[in-house]
Amino acid sequence: MTTQAIPKRSYHQRELLNKILVTSVAMFLLLVFLAPLGYMFTTAIKSDAQMSDPQAPVIWPHSKATFEYNGESYELFNVPIDGDVRELAMVKKTRTQSEFLDPNNPDAGTILWEGNWRTLEPVYVRDPQWQNFKKAWDDLNFPRLFLNTLIIAGFGTLGAVGSSVFVAYGFARFNFRGKNILFMILIATIILPVQATLIPTFIFFSRIGWTNTLLPLIVPHYFANAYNVFLMRQYFMQIPRAMDEAAMIDGAGRLRTFWSVILPQSIPALTAVSLFHFFFAWNDFFSPLVYLASKPELWPLSVGLQRFNALYGRQPNLIQAGALITLVLPVLIFFFAQRIFMQGIVFTGVDK
Amino acid sequence: MATPDLVQPAQELANTKSKRMSSREREQLKWGLFFISPWLVGFLVFTLIPVVATLILAFSDYNPVQPDMVQLVGLKNFSTMLTDAKVWTSLGVTVKYALLAIPITFGFGLMLASLVNSKSLKLSEGFRTLFYMPAMIPIVAAGVIWAGVANTQTGWINLGLGAVGLPTPDWLNSTTWIYPLLVLIGLWGTGNLMLTLMAGMQGVPSEIYEAAVIDGANGWQRFVNITIPMISPVIFYNLTLMLIGAFKYFDLAYVLKNGTGGPQDATLFYALNFYKNSFEYNLMGYGSALAWVLFLIVLALTAVLFATSGRWVYYAGGDGS
Repeated sequence: MTTQAIPKRSYHQRELLNKILVTSVAMFLLLVFLAPLGYMFTTAIKSDAQMSDPQAPVIWPHSKATFEYNGESYELFNVPIDGDVRELAMVKKTRTQSEFLDPNNPDAGTILWEGNWRTLEPVYVRDPQWQNFKKAWDDLNFPRLFLNTLIIAGFGTLGAVGSSVFVAYGFARFNFRGKNILFMILIATIILPVQATLIPTFIFFSRIGWTNTLLPLIVPHYFANAYNVFLMRQYFMQIPRAMDEAAMIDGAGRLRTFWSVILPQSIPALTAVSLFHFFFAWNDFFSPLVYLASKPELWPLSVGLQRFNALYGRQPNLIQAGALITLVLPVLIFFFAQRIFMQGIVFTGVDK
Repeated sequence: MATPDLVQPAQELANTKSKRMSSREREQLKWGLFFISPWLVGFLVFTLIPVVATLILAFSDYNPVQPDMVQLVGLKNFSTMLTDAKVWTSLGVTVKYALLAIPITFGFGLMLASLVNSKSLKLSEGFRTLFYMPAMIPIVAAGVIWAGVANTQTGWINLGLGAVGLPTPDWLNSTTWIYPLLVLIGLWGTGNLMLTLMAGMQGVPSEIYEAAVIDGANGWQRFVNITIPMISPVIFYNLTLMLIGAFKYFDLAYVLKNGTGGPQDATLFYALNFYKNSFEYNLMGYGSALAWVLFLIVLALTAVLFATSGRWVYYAGGDGS
């Protein structure tokens, strides 16, 4: 109401100012929020020497500069001479005086400098160590971990989607006594801590010889879970019943109706559920830790990276390189499928 | 929870009719059970039977190394828990973390949701995606990255703090500073909270805001008196999950301190103590007792939340179901 009294242009200016302000706050916040990824990346391409060198630049990957002369390699230092700082290659060092070569004119002989060489600053050059990724890849045994993770996530997703879609259809389309109570029980399992079922399940799996195999990480997902069923059921309830009825009149049975009428219409929901499970499996650390503790050749990435982190504490650059190769695939998939994925989150989290 | 409206007429129909099922009802029952059978079997095998079995094991001294020597020991495991200092430490750690993490995470989530929902934000969809993205980073990788960021010498947190002259704590080895660090790492997972809160905000009818503007309410008043109550179901849902989550908290504590629970048991969360007893010390009878107590705590918390929800959760639909 009051805005009408203000001249139009100043209203627009205020609006613009607001936009600039809010967007810059968001930009700043985002930068801080994602800064650890910057740390990860710059650390991953640093050399071992830089990690343990307190004088080295902290942010960018650098190495000490050297100068090759007559088959020998000499380190470069910033040497103050006659009020000037020159980059010189150190040939001989002692505590009171050192000899240097001028890299621009090495044949002119050595330059003598008085003082303790330890007070001199080394010259650093940018030197990203791309081979760290290769090293982390090999040391982590990445192909093996990656394959294990893919098997767990792939087969698990198949089971989670297949079973949940089935169960959700049952809850969405059929009316029978006790259905509501069963559905309530299903939803209530969301709050059940895994710990409450873990020990007997572990004993059961170890009795039938499944511990130290991938089966305990895959098979239980073939029996549907609350989140997925809930999401799929909400989706099915939006599909008009007339579609089912038309198919039935045309002579299709229950299974056929489900398969050729309902499923083709549910691709977005199926995709969302697949993504949820895939990310869950990629992330899962606790179950593989419990079931595969003594079987390194079956570890997924999560356990492999944790052990790598515990063992390679002295090489933070390789650890960060390992973290980076672990997160690339899920983050890429997320960017490609973000719309469906984020809709799915809203679907399960709000529509209760 | 959701009341499936489609069910109502059928139930009324069933009540008015005789007890014998009509052929239609039988058909519905048959196919309904057929479709939900995977879950029924799974619920029995992987939930109901194990929960009961956990209770039985809780009264035994089961040890997987000598499974045949198992004996019933009565209430011994539960009485041991009462005097086990680690149990009380782990409860303290869990509660301390929950009390710190939940308000901060909610504050941050509400702020992010308001931000990405703001009409004044340019490219809001891009911001939404990028603020959500860290939630997709595998938790072990996130822990490893943050352990580096929190490093006393080379980590960026302390470089930043030191640059502006603030104290630079040893985050990973301080029994005080490890908690803010865990909360900070947890903020990377705020994506889900942000999205659900944002969707809740978008569902608030704009007439309510317009009416409030006419009544002279400012932005903050509208946020506190309209937005918050209108999205209280979403807040309730997330609060429940987070409270339960604190008692299941395990992965990050394990990754950051390699499962030791250090420094000085400061990361000995309840779930970590359970894991160590059950799978490191092989005390599965005792672990079962710990698991059941965890289950009871979670049940009690949920019950309290649901019991009080009528007072502060507003359901636009009216009936609170």
